[in-house]
Amino acid sequence: MIALIKYRAGNIASVSNALERLGVDFYLAETANELDKADGVIFPGVGHAYSAMESLKEQGIAEWLKSTKKPVLGICVGMQLLFESSTEGDTEGLGVIPGKLLKFDASKEKVPHMGWNSIQKQAYHPLLKDINDEDFLYFVHSYYAPESDFSVATCDYITPFTAVVSKDNYFGVQFHPEKSGKLGAQILKNFVDYVYQS
Amino acid sequence: MLTKRIIPCLDIKSGRTVKGVNFEGLRDAGDPVELARRYSEEGADELVFLDITATLEKRRTLVELVTRIAKEINIPFTVGGGIKTVDEIEELLKAGADKVSLNSSIVKNPQLINDASEAFGAQAIVAAVDAKRTDDRWNVFIKGGTEDTGMDAIEWMIETEQRGAGEILLTSMDRDGTKSGFDADLLSIVNSKLTIPVIASGGAGTIQHCIDAISIANADAVLAASIFHFKEIEIVDLKKSMANAGIPVRLD
Repeated sequence: MIALIKYRAGNIASVSNALERLGVDFYLAETANELDKADGVIFPGVGHAYSAMESLKEQGIAEWLKSTKKPVLGICVGMQLLFESSTEGDTEGLGVIPGKLLKFDASKEKVPHMGWNSIQKQAYHPLLKDINDEDFLYFVHSYYAPESDFSVATCDYITPFTAVVSKDNYFGVQFHPEKSGKLGAQILKNFVDYVYQS
Repeated sequence: MLTKRIIPCLDIKSGRTVKGVNFEGLRDAGDPVELARRYSEEGADELVFLDITATLEKRRTLVELVTRIAKEINIPFTVGGGIKTVDEIEELLKAGADKVSLNSSIVKNPQLINDASEAFGAQAIVAAVDAKRTDDRWNVFIKGGTEDTGMDAIEWMIETEQRGAGEILLTSMDRDGTKSGFDADLLSIVNSKLTIPVIASGGAGTIQHCIDAISIANADAVLAASIFHFKEIEIVDLKKSMANAGIPVRLD
């Protein structure tokens, strides 16, 4: 089964609804013990990186996430916390993917980056099955992961940044698949399919 | 490229969608959940639900309705109307709303913006401002447009940004429901002074009005209600015309 991490800073309603619409079996996990029985884990997140990380630590989930070999999908702030650190609140992340989150330069364009933007695929990835170059997905964020060797898709706003990241069993998407219409639903389905095929 | 957003607005009263002219004379425009589904299928980029009677009647926005909407639709939506506390905001976000729109409550208690932004992130906090022209400037009106605060609308919007609002929903009360076009003067000034996205609201009557709000007044999104409810303009036609005018939009 898919575990959806429930923690104070995560908005699980939207992801729960999206999984229900897809007919995916999932459960909410609030502790490391509850995560142990998962086949794959979805790690949502909205809001502030620092408070998200603090509540992950309080629930003992941070350590579990760092050491797991199960497929993990981080969404938005969930993706950002896979990296080493964020300049948002000077937050230390899980550090399972190299890199540091930076803030968009508000002197160049409106911040947050909010709305539908197109992605550019950089490498083949099972998460992006049936997703095309220049497809639109919904983004809302003020901090971004710069492009790196682990970017499998990028997006451009002020600067090119990582839209989809992958390293080992850790995947992350900066956009909100649960809010990105049919294409977003496809990406969530791709993750679930990957979990059961691997 | 980041696209400009088309946002149908559903004014809610007693669980039904309504639309009035200049904040008065309400007409029934259907079931909000049904309309929400239709709009999302037709290519709306986001939705806004405003419980317009909430402030006047001291009634809280219906969490139940938000829950139903969140189950049905897969695009972002904002909910507003009579929201006064961080706890209420939390309840609505947990029910599945992506953002809350705050209006009268932040005028009375500006600290609510800071507190809510700190708790949930700026992206979840929309400062809704109802502005009306008075001589050489625009004043902020509250309580569904019935009370003039005497505050300068542009200064107030700058303050909401500084306090942590992630977006502005700017309604021109002079234009709302008139279908005579958005207030381009007001929008242009606001967009030159703010670094957060601004949604233009009030006055949409034609496709050209929406194009002008973006091309001339630099709005990040346009919001409209009656032209969509009563199918005077189809969202897909609007987006195609915008694309032809050189505006980046999301088309299937």
